[in-house]
Amino acid sequence: MKTILRAQHLSKTYGLGGLFRRAKINALDDVNLNVESDQPVVVSLVGESGSGKTTFAKVVLRLVEPSAGRVVVFDQPVAGKGVKPDKREFLSIVQPIFQNPFEAFSSYRNVDSYLMETAIQVNGLKQAEAVEVVADALASVGLKYEDVKGKYYNQFSGGELQRISVARALIPHPNVVIADEPVSMIDASLRMNVINLFLSLKEEFRISFLYITHDLATAYYVSDHVAVLYRGNVVEFGPARLVLTDPRHPYTRLLLDSIPLTNRKWESKQIVLADIETKEYQLEGCKFRNRCPYAREICGRQRPPLVKLEDGREVYCHMVAGHF
Amino acid sequence: MEMSFRLKVGIVILAVFALSSLILPLVAHEDPSEQGSYPKNLPMSLEHPLGTNSMGQDIFWFLVFAVRNSLMLGAAVSACTTIISLVIGLAAGYTGGWVERLIMLLVDSLITIPSFPILIVLGTLVRGKTSFLAIWAILVVFGWAWNARMVRSMALSIREREFISTARFSGSGTLRILVKEVFPYVYAYMVVGFINSILYAINTEAALAVIGLSKLETPTLGTMVFWALSYNAMFIGQYAWIIAPVVATILLFLGLFLTSTGYNELFSSRRGRA
Amino acid sequence: MIKLDDIVASYTTIRGQVNAVDGVSLDIPRGHIVGVAGESGCGKTTLLKVLYGDLGFPLSLKRGTVRYGFRDGDGKEVTSSNIKEFWFRRISYVPQGSMSSLNPVVRIRKQFTDFRGRGESERGVLERVREYIRSLDLPPEALDAYPHQLSGGMRQRIMIAMATFFQPDIILADEPTTALDVVVQKGILLLLKELQERMGNTIIIVSHDMGVHYQIAHKVLVMYAAKAVEFGDSVVVFESALHPYTKMLIESLPTIGDDQRRQGVVGRPPSLWEDLQGCRFAPRCPLATELCRTKEPPLRELQPGHWVACHYADDGL
Repeated sequence: MKTILRAQHLSKTYGLGGLFRRAKINALDDVNLNVESDQPVVVSLVGESGSGKTTFAKVVLRLVEPSAGRVVVFDQPVAGKGVKPDKREFLSIVQPIFQNPFEAFSSYRNVDSYLMETAIQVNGLKQAEAVEVVADALASVGLKYEDVKGKYYNQFSGGELQRISVARALIPHPNVVIADEPVSMIDASLRMNVINLFLSLKEEFRISFLYITHDLATAYYVSDHVAVLYRGNVVEFGPARLVLTDPRHPYTRLLLDSIPLTNRKWESKQIVLADIETKEYQLEGCKFRNRCPYAREICGRQRPPLVKLEDGREVYCHMVAGHF
Repeated sequence: MEMSFRLKVGIVILAVFALSSLILPLVAHEDPSEQGSYPKNLPMSLEHPLGTNSMGQDIFWFLVFAVRNSLMLGAAVSACTTIISLVIGLAAGYTGGWVERLIMLLVDSLITIPSFPILIVLGTLVRGKTSFLAIWAILVVFGWAWNARMVRSMALSIREREFISTARFSGSGTLRILVKEVFPYVYAYMVVGFINSILYAINTEAALAVIGLSKLETPTLGTMVFWALSYNAMFIGQYAWIIAPVVATILLFLGLFLTSTGYNELFSSRRGRA
Repeated sequence: MIKLDDIVASYTTIRGQVNAVDGVSLDIPRGHIVGVAGESGCGKTTLLKVLYGDLGFPLSLKRGTVRYGFRDGDGKEVTSSNIKEFWFRRISYVPQGSMSSLNPVVRIRKQFTDFRGRGESERGVLERVREYIRSLDLPPEALDAYPHQLSGGMRQRIMIAMATFFQPDIILADEPTTALDVVVQKGILLLLKELQERMGNTIIIVSHDMGVHYQIAHKVLVMYAAKAVEFGDSVVVFESALHPYTKMLIESLPTIGDDQRRQGVVGRPPSLWEDLQGCRFAPRCPLATELCRTKEPPLRELQPGHWVACHYADDGL
């Protein structure tokens, strides 16, 4: 049983404002997650803007240092105080796919040069062997090396560029791929090509994915587990089918109620307006209480506790805990 | 490579100046800075295309050497400032942290301290007897800060871009990223910066010379104007003496500007520029 | 009816001219919410600009006209050439990013009163505006704020209020909810729906999100590579689309609670810079034949109110 992903008391605080008015934003606020499995899994991190999901990705990718807490990926500590994994080892365990396919490659370089670099620098191969590895990687994403070689980023569509990014990420045989909004900037008709690719790579190469998105429909399609984030806190976590069809946390319910699906018309007209201010990041108690139709006095005082349900879910809510 | 019209014009102008600076001095028969070689204040003629000045020098040949010296000084200063500003700007912009803050403290001080009054003070201390090397050094010291700031802000913004992360996860180290990812974006601006530095050097030297704070015996565009003003070239009718260096400066500026912008255009249209 | 007659709109760039809308002829019935769907480069935003009459360099209307179905003060029929006179009164536009359309140094209320009618005092207009804002369930205090003090969602609602204040016949909205959170988006879309029910006008919404069209549009126009490929009642289009592109697009969308396997469409849209012959979807269409590659299918009404541009669409009926 491997620890695919574990976050313990993970926090990240940013300071805002100039010299005198330093407001603090808790982008991540004591996040705890644990995914253990001996099979590759797809874990989705869903949330709106400001939920902290992108910050989480940056922490896991070591692009940002956490203020507190630790992260372990595939049994390897990757983030936290004093954690400094060996660079090559880290790059062979974790690889990213970013949101904007048109920014993933420099406009001054051939896209395949990045793949070659990965093969040479991370895998330690020589030029000739690297070419083979690159060609194989491109083949696994459905592209031919001849069609990619020597070309620049503007000669491809968004979907193709994303697949090239995936190919590059595959070269070091990573165990976990962190995909941060990988399809949100791709046309809808081309999205499933990339999403289905994730699923086939998961089977073929035994790679787990951390899929970060605000799009619940694709999260439902592709994930085994889902964690719902709100303003830096996990509010609900569990098997994707359960969480997204029978949500327990009021925020998850609100989210699911609001997405424009293509198979079911909206029922309720009731919306609660949200004022997005930094204040909501520093609230005591439950951060969702200002918008929660079920909120009671205790929600304003105490942090919602973790409730483990029989179906394996984790929900952080006073109401679900039966506190009122 | 298809060059735009503007680029072609710019290059032609620069080529004319460069060639004249290289070739013509070799065929000059007199040292144009030597006074009294010719009768004073002669009008324009075949023998003296721009006439002679009040010190008995042939204006045309003086101009040729002036342009050469100014260009050489400009290029020497600019080469140095460009390299310094590139290295320091990249170091500051990409590294961040206290290294960046320390460097920027130095850079900002150099930018905000008014260099011209200091140069004047320095100039009065040496009173027109400085060597060219000293002038070069002074221009370099005061010339690199502005471009360094520019490079640093570019490095800062590029640092945040996605392809930097791609390169990082492809195994590249910081130096490699600076060279292969950051530098190409900075490069086009550096060419512009290089050309602007040439202009800065020539102009500043000229400004210093005009108030008498350069090596006045050496022909440069600035010293030429200085002497022309000292001898009241306009009043005595030797218009060529003052107009020629001014026009030459303007043309040189034009050539440099057209080349730099034309080159920038060419560079950006060639690749898949974001 | 808003009649579009062979609209060709092109952009002039360094590389030359490209037709972002390349021959669209359609009759859009008034009094509905019409969704314009399609992906990047299909021409939907350009079409909206043509409808609004916002044709300035580098965009130009090379061919065709739009007839709006009403007449001006002189009895002349209004077309794309003179629709500009009716901005805000009979036709208005809600842009994508509200921040860039509101003057950042002017309070919101001033931006409303800036375009009042003759003979109306500023006070009078402001009163009416406050009433209107209140009737939309928006806080009237928002009027006294500067744009940056409001959240993105609130600003967009204000933009919609501004666009609908004079009760125009036609409201054009270009991706009004993109970049807004899903919860806020629902509120805004429902606001638009409510306004349309109240005023009975025509709202044309451009969105790349098919879910938006499913939820609030009565009719849907699907565009592909600068052409109109399907138009009809949204329920009909979603449940039984006749154009292969529409069908494949809709079938590729995953939904919650549905475990069906989905496929993306292969290939990508053609470059509009090339000389395109025949049906523009042919290279990616599983039903394509030689006819499709050589002859462009016209947009024809296959069923009452259901228009398709495909040679083989009636095979699917």
